[in-house]
Amino acid sequence: MNYNFKFKALAPYTSEIIDGVILTLQLSAVTMLLGLAIGLAVAIASISPKSALRRPARIYVEAIRNTPLIVQLFIVFFGLPTLGIKLGANSAALIALSINLGAYSSEILRAGFESIRPSQIEAGRSLGLTAAQTFRHVVLFPAIKSIYPALASQFVLLMLTTSIVSSIGATELFGQAAFIDSRTYRSFEVYALITLSYLFLTLAFRSLFSAIYWLVFVRRSRA
Amino acid sequence: MIREFSLNDLVFMLEALRWTVGLAIIATIGGGALGIIVAVLRVVAFKPANWLAIGYINLVQGTPLLGQLFVFFFGLPLFGIQVDAWVAASLSLSIYASAFFGEIWRGSLQSVSQRQWEAGAALGLNYWQRLTHVVLPQALRISIAPTVGFLVQLVKNTSLAALIGFIELTRASQIITAATFAPLPVYTTAAALYFIICFSLSQFSQRLERRFHVTR
Repeated sequence: MNYNFKFKALAPYTSEIIDGVILTLQLSAVTMLLGLAIGLAVAIASISPKSALRRPARIYVEAIRNTPLIVQLFIVFFGLPTLGIKLGANSAALIALSINLGAYSSEILRAGFESIRPSQIEAGRSLGLTAAQTFRHVVLFPAIKSIYPALASQFVLLMLTTSIVSSIGATELFGQAAFIDSRTYRSFEVYALITLSYLFLTLAFRSLFSAIYWLVFVRRSRA
Repeated sequence: MIREFSLNDLVFMLEALRWTVGLAIIATIGGGALGIIVAVLRVVAFKPANWLAIGYINLVQGTPLLGQLFVFFFGLPLFGIQVDAWVAASLSLSIYASAFFGEIWRGSLQSVSQRQWEAGAALGLNYWQRLTHVVLPQALRISIAPTVGFLVQLVKNTSLAALIGFIELTRASQIITAATFAPLPVYTTAAALYFIICFSLSQFSQRLERRFHVTR
């Protein structure tokens, strides 16, 4: 092989890479919050005794989980403007990612709720806790503790998945890679470097999530 | 020239769907073969092999599939290997699948109780006999449902090959959208086609899970 690797050619683009990392982190963080909120609402609907709530929740979850994110993204970014809803690339990305994460997180949350046996709730109520207190201390907190690892790996997966939104021109890390590639023609170097940068983000996210687990669940139960 | 989204376009999409399915099948076979190696390296009683497998799994699962696709697409030619989008997509999806299959199958192997090994030894079976007659049949049953479940992810992820120009369902939809300027019907149709395949696989996986759960 007689190719000269020139990683130095990327040096002038450090600030673009940093901008990309920041946007990837922002996009991931906001999507986690929105996706978790959607997921919580959908999970509550999907365990409701009313089938008028359960059915739409099931349809939403199955529709999202059985179609590719990139097609969902194209529907939001290219499809909605034909109905008169125009969105910028970054906001379309945020909306599509949140809708997508909502379906996955609702399934995880539902599994968590279903892991709490009804007798636990009855025990809570018979100890004199109000319905809201029972939900918070007996259902929500233990449920979240048991699904925390699944939720954390879903979040890491989400962070990696944000790379797909570069396909509609969002300017997060992978979008910046395409930009730098178009300026330097150093495709391999750019994509190898950017792909490895995601590995560092993954490791950072995993450490952060285990730190949170320790702070919220381990330390608290010892106290 | 803008034209309507017509039946011909739907036929074009169905033809492209064959490549989506073909790519998923290739990745299942390639990823399955590699995945067996990963699972074995991960469980053998030889530490460096375990580390190698763990490193590989973390590298694949810790980076975006899109990045892996681009690295192979642009990287292999540098080593004198001329690749088209088709080869790059097959290779990176196989590697991606192998990391997940490796983990699924390692989990299945390890979920067979240690006592089964001991019971086999007590009956005078050697290591190979215990593996093939006692442990593998049980591990296989446990692994089938999650393996089929992962195929859903694989089918959906073939859509990323569109971004390196491989003409499968998603790329075909982009091409038709460019000609008809009707993104909503085109992409909704694409979503429906993906849904048919993925939903059937999901349902099949759930059925398998229920079936094997009862008899376990």
